[in-house]
Amino acid sequence: MAKADMTQLDVEAIYPKNLIEGDPSFSQVTEQVAGITEWPKPPRAWYIAFGIALTLLGILGACLTYLVIEGVGVWGNNQPVAWGWPIVNFVFWVGIGHAGTLISAVLFLFRQDWRTSINRFAEAMTIFAVACAGLFPAVHVGRIWFAYWLFPIPNQMSMWPNFRSPLLWDVFAVSTYATVSLLFWYMGMIPDLATIRDRANTKIRRMAYGIFSLGWSGSNRHWHRYERAYLLLAALATPLVLSVHSVVSFDFAVAQTPGWHTTIFPPYFVAGAVFSGFAMVVTLMVPARQFFGLKHIVTMRHLENMNKVILTTGMIVGYAYMTEFFMAWYSGNQYEAFAFVNRAFGPYAWAYWTMVSCNVLFPQLFWFRKLRRNLWVMYPIVLLVNVGMWFERFVITVTSLSRDFVPSSWQYFKPTPIDMLTFLGSFGLFATLFLLFVRFLPMIAVAEVKTVLPSAHAHGHKKEEGE
Amino acid sequence: MTHQTELHGILAEYETVDGIMHAAEQVRDRGFKHWDCHTPFPVHGLDDAMDVKPTILPWIVLVGGFTGLIAGMVMQWWMNAVDYPYVISGKPDWSIPANIPVAFETTVLFSAFATLFGMFILNKLPQWYNPLFRKERFARATSDRFFVVIEAQDAQFDTTKTAEFLAATGATAVELVEVPDEPTSPPFGFKAVAAIMTALVLLPPAMIAASRTSTTEETRFHLVPNMDFQQKFKAQTAPLGLENHPLFANGTATLKPIEGTIAQGELAKADPTNALYSGLKYGKPVTKFPKGVVIDDAALENGREQYNIYCATCHGDSGKGDGMVARRAASIGQTWMITNLLDERIAKQKPGKVFETITKGINTMPGYAAQVSATDRWDIILYLKALQKAQAAK
Repeated sequence: MAKADMTQLDVEAIYPKNLIEGDPSFSQVTEQVAGITEWPKPPRAWYIAFGIALTLLGILGACLTYLVIEGVGVWGNNQPVAWGWPIVNFVFWVGIGHAGTLISAVLFLFRQDWRTSINRFAEAMTIFAVACAGLFPAVHVGRIWFAYWLFPIPNQMSMWPNFRSPLLWDVFAVSTYATVSLLFWYMGMIPDLATIRDRANTKIRRMAYGIFSLGWSGSNRHWHRYERAYLLLAALATPLVLSVHSVVSFDFAVAQTPGWHTTIFPPYFVAGAVFSGFAMVVTLMVPARQFFGLKHIVTMRHLENMNKVILTTGMIVGYAYMTEFFMAWYSGNQYEAFAFVNRAFGPYAWAYWTMVSCNVLFPQLFWFRKLRRNLWVMYPIVLLVNVGMWFERFVITVTSLSRDFVPSSWQYFKPTPIDMLTFLGSFGLFATLFLLFVRFLPMIAVAEVKTVLPSAHAHGHKKEEGE
Repeated sequence: MTHQTELHGILAEYETVDGIMHAAEQVRDRGFKHWDCHTPFPVHGLDDAMDVKPTILPWIVLVGGFTGLIAGMVMQWWMNAVDYPYVISGKPDWSIPANIPVAFETTVLFSAFATLFGMFILNKLPQWYNPLFRKERFARATSDRFFVVIEAQDAQFDTTKTAEFLAATGATAVELVEVPDEPTSPPFGFKAVAAIMTALVLLPPAMIAASRTSTTEETRFHLVPNMDFQQKFKAQTAPLGLENHPLFANGTATLKPIEGTIAQGELAKADPTNALYSGLKYGKPVTKFPKGVVIDDAALENGREQYNIYCATCHGDSGKGDGMVARRAASIGQTWMITNLLDERIAKQKPGKVFETITKGINTMPGYAAQVSATDRWDIILYLKALQKAQAAK
């Protein structure tokens, strides 16, 4: 069916005016979301997933212990590729951590009401992804007991960090981002924690949720300041989320290594971060809405909107890949030109073309409405995007370092099994935190979803004022 | 209630958004001051219906943001330009462009804290105790019911009249809210747990503070020995474990370059056929000026200048061996002589031999390779030839 042939009714059948399907009442929304935390037992899939997550977390713990005892030599990092998988993993995770704040803050400022169904979920994902990201640079310093030297804390050498280094900017950007995301997430959750508190049927639940909901009573005078605070945090988080991955890209762009030293990096990294973050949200959302019966709150329309964002940012990333090649040729700089020819046709060509096909080619299927609304099509694609974005960071970090100015020092990078197990283990940390979140905290913003229900608006009232 | 208790206020319940909106307008119009609405979500339009004044929160955030900006800038200036300045790639100690990212992050960080904690303070949160929480029906205020509460402290408050008024606004239920006789105390054990947790949190900083201000005779505990004791060479010391595990087979810490290794940029000097830097070809002095030496007036003039700077102090302006040093030597009775460059023995020497002498030195004369460039040395020889010819002409 061609789009032009569609009648208004057809359009409404696919995109109903109501964001939440089935027109539930306020108490039904409360029951469906807050009720999940009260289930005596989570679904069987939750136990299986939690078992796997804890196993991977154990592997992470073992790998990090081994790393601390033996030193960074247990990784494949060496000259000339001194930034191996740990930095690739750091950029990968911090990129994923961009979707949450983007959905919470940027879509909020643009008044995209559909965000209310997914923002809590995405914010939680952000915080856990940033926790995984923060882990890697912290252990990458080698002697982790000196990691506090990264911060401006008085130390026994009476030295201060060098504020002219992009690596230090990164410390500030990522830690600020983690803190602000946590504040934003927590503040958004206070009314919902109060909801769970008021439903609690055991004393322990009442106390635990009671302490963290701070005695929220739903007072309208409180709501007034709360909403203003939410708007302010959204306005603060929007430039912040753009700055974080820009600063991460400075880690590369400020260095003079061919393939890194380009001004396109900040916007290119931010687009890639949004791309990978949305892919991860869809990856987690599809099973979660299935297992917890939230399909009418997180509807196909929400997934479709996210797929559209993935398509758009995927093409921005593809455009950046082309621009990089153009600039390498146009600059007339032989090292720059070599770095890019080497990326596409050198020893890492396999990684480069994996990246291009996962990030640019497969998401093109989202041009078709039927495909972007089909779970069996979208799920493999978002998984491929996750893979492709890891490879993007791998290609940028490793190909540029492995072959730079001096051919005598060229070396092919080989990761060790510890590299791989540590990365695998970081998924364990992420998944463990996430599974605890869906078990004990409201995974949908209950109060916010209620505001987009038709019954949340005073219809008769407005008319009266107008008359 | 059987006995007289102090009243907190009156609670009225509504089932719909429209209901609370109408009620709020009526309460506002009656002129009540101490009252509030409680809703499960922010109801749009209720602020107007209640006549809630805009909050001052944005101004608090603005102050927080400026504080963050100034703190970020001053911190970087003081740490990198005042307290511990160090030169990085010749950049200025206090370079604002490089300080912008961190100052931006501190601005956002302080603003965010000001937003959240400003909101808490203005809302008087946390407030874990609230008389309303004792009412069973009020539990639905966070789920699906809407409430109006008029407090007893309001000047217009009258238990009967206010209750009747609220019932007339369409409330589905009206209820008195009492202040309990006994204040609610936290459950048993709560304080003990809180105290233990606080103590545990304070323990690590206390231990760090204590260890930083005290001394001990105990040997250090090595958690990760192979990071603390690494194989490395330290001058004037016997490296730990090096007796058994020398860094290299011959017991040294560094290796000599492989024989025939040529340092970077020295390839031309190592070429045996190139006499430009040594005066020698296959080890023998060249008879002519080598390729690469330009012989012209400018070269002769340069030779004169270099000769007068480096050679004339001993050998004299004309080359007779009567420079300042030679005259001084004679005046204090030194027996050694400075060579007369005009002597036939020298005049007959091949240019390559003279070059080798200037480069490496001879007898008491030191080598001049470090001070005088190869081209200048050839120019000096050119000038010397001119001096010898001029003197031989008589």
